[in-house]
Amino acid sequence: MNIAIASKPKINFSGRSFLAFVIQPAEPVNDWLADLDRLSRQSLGFFADRPVIVDLSALEPDRETARSVVDAIRTRGVRVIAVEGADASWFAPELAPIARGKEAGRIDLLEDVQSNEPPPAARTIDGPVRSGQAIFHTGGDLTVIGSVASGAEVAASGSIHIYGTLRGRAIAGAMGDRSARIFCRRFEAELIAIDGCYQTAEQSPPEPIGKPVRIRLAGDTFDINVTD
Amino acid sequence: MGTVVVVTSGKGGVGKTTSTAALGAALAKSGKKVALVDFDVGLRNLDLVLGAERRVVFDFINVIQGQAQLPQALIRDKRLETLFLLPASQTRDKDALTDEGVTEVMSSLRQVFDYVICDSPAGIERGAILAMRHADAAVVVTNPEVSSVRDSDRIIGMLDSKTLRAERGEPIQKHVLVTRYDPARAQRGEMLSIEDVTEILALPLLGIVPESQAVLQASNLGSPITLAEPDSSAAQAYADAARRLTGKKIPMTIPTQKKSFLGGLFRRAA
Repeated sequence: MNIAIASKPKINFSGRSFLAFVIQPAEPVNDWLADLDRLSRQSLGFFADRPVIVDLSALEPDRETARSVVDAIRTRGVRVIAVEGADASWFAPELAPIARGKEAGRIDLLEDVQSNEPPPAARTIDGPVRSGQAIFHTGGDLTVIGSVASGAEVAASGSIHIYGTLRGRAIAGAMGDRSARIFCRRFEAELIAIDGCYQTAEQSPPEPIGKPVRIRLAGDTFDINVTD
Repeated sequence: MGTVVVVTSGKGGVGKTTSTAALGAALAKSGKKVALVDFDVGLRNLDLVLGAERRVVFDFINVIQGQAQLPQALIRDKRLETLFLLPASQTRDKDALTDEGVTEVMSSLRQVFDYVICDSPAGIERGAILAMRHADAAVVVTNPEVSSVRDSDRIIGMLDSKTLRAERGEPIQKHVLVTRYDPARAQRGEMLSIEDVTEILALPLLGIVPESQAVLQASNLGSPITLAEPDSSAAQAYADAARRLTGKKIPMTIPTQKKSFLGGLFRRAA
């Protein structure tokens, strides 16, 4: 017979204050969401690690509208941790009920987001990409003057041009561009991908191996064309 | 000011320690002052290959922790008076090697020796990174087979990012040393050819050391191959490689199969 002995719980509570970002959607909501999209594009990953609170008080929404606005924000990759200016029960249990926070002043994003430099268009890597290295270029095409080693990974939002042997992975159109292409002087890739569609070495046809190729997506299949 | 050379590979068992000893001895034979440093804490081998295992009193970690002075830990080779060994600790682990400690020892060694050759442990973790940190030049030891070549490529990528020089934007001179090359197997396509290796690694070749029974024999005798069997093909390849390391231009010879006419005659016993 087992006897459970109750003992005093050894759980400690402590307080901690954090600074959270608050965004305040305004009417018209669709325009505001478009601005949010522009911000995300210019400053990729800005919202990636930040917990965000959505303040709906400017909208004074009903339950339906409130939930749809917050959903629209979340699908854009923003981590909403709580909502202000609306009935907390509309969002329970997914979002924590949160008391109105203390203002910590405006946070000026402008210098972060609007830089005078034009966004980089193409990036060129002078030299081979070594095994274990991973390059991700979000501003367009990527050119490698050298080979991409087995166990290396190159990814770009645009096309990828390799003046050497592709032995590793090449991921083109990584941010949703089906028209992106992959070019290399010698095709021995472990994996190729264009806009989410991928193909491993095993799935690739044998004829292009070792030859210079141009790879594009035709529908849902890869069109690997041997170039001269 | 001496040159710090790291002998590294990524893959284990390809010939880093053998090559460190062989190159170090070849350089010392030509009159240079050479210090060999074993960075493989806990799995030390450089002392064995040099025949110094019965003379180890203090090691690298004793020096870093202040239990011994550097001259007390350095073991002079009995055969070559300008060749010294700083052995690794066998009983401790890699965490005892601190950044500051290694930096201090390296700068002291640089002031006294022409060449400080660091024998790196295998892998890409702390031990290997510490061994390469202060390097001015690197010898990437590679066997002509696929896993060794890929691991070497990985370590080359790290030489371009984890060394102090790389962090300062100064290039470090890197070379590939192909070891255990077997011409017969290369011809049959069982091993990668030299062209394959240099094409994949895209670095200048320091030398091609053929597979040789003499290497194991020398190791058993506790003598670097360039001292124990200087006429063997492996020793000659190492000697050439050592000269190339000092900047001399020596044409590369790819070892070929040794066809022994008499050997063929005597193969079948009566």
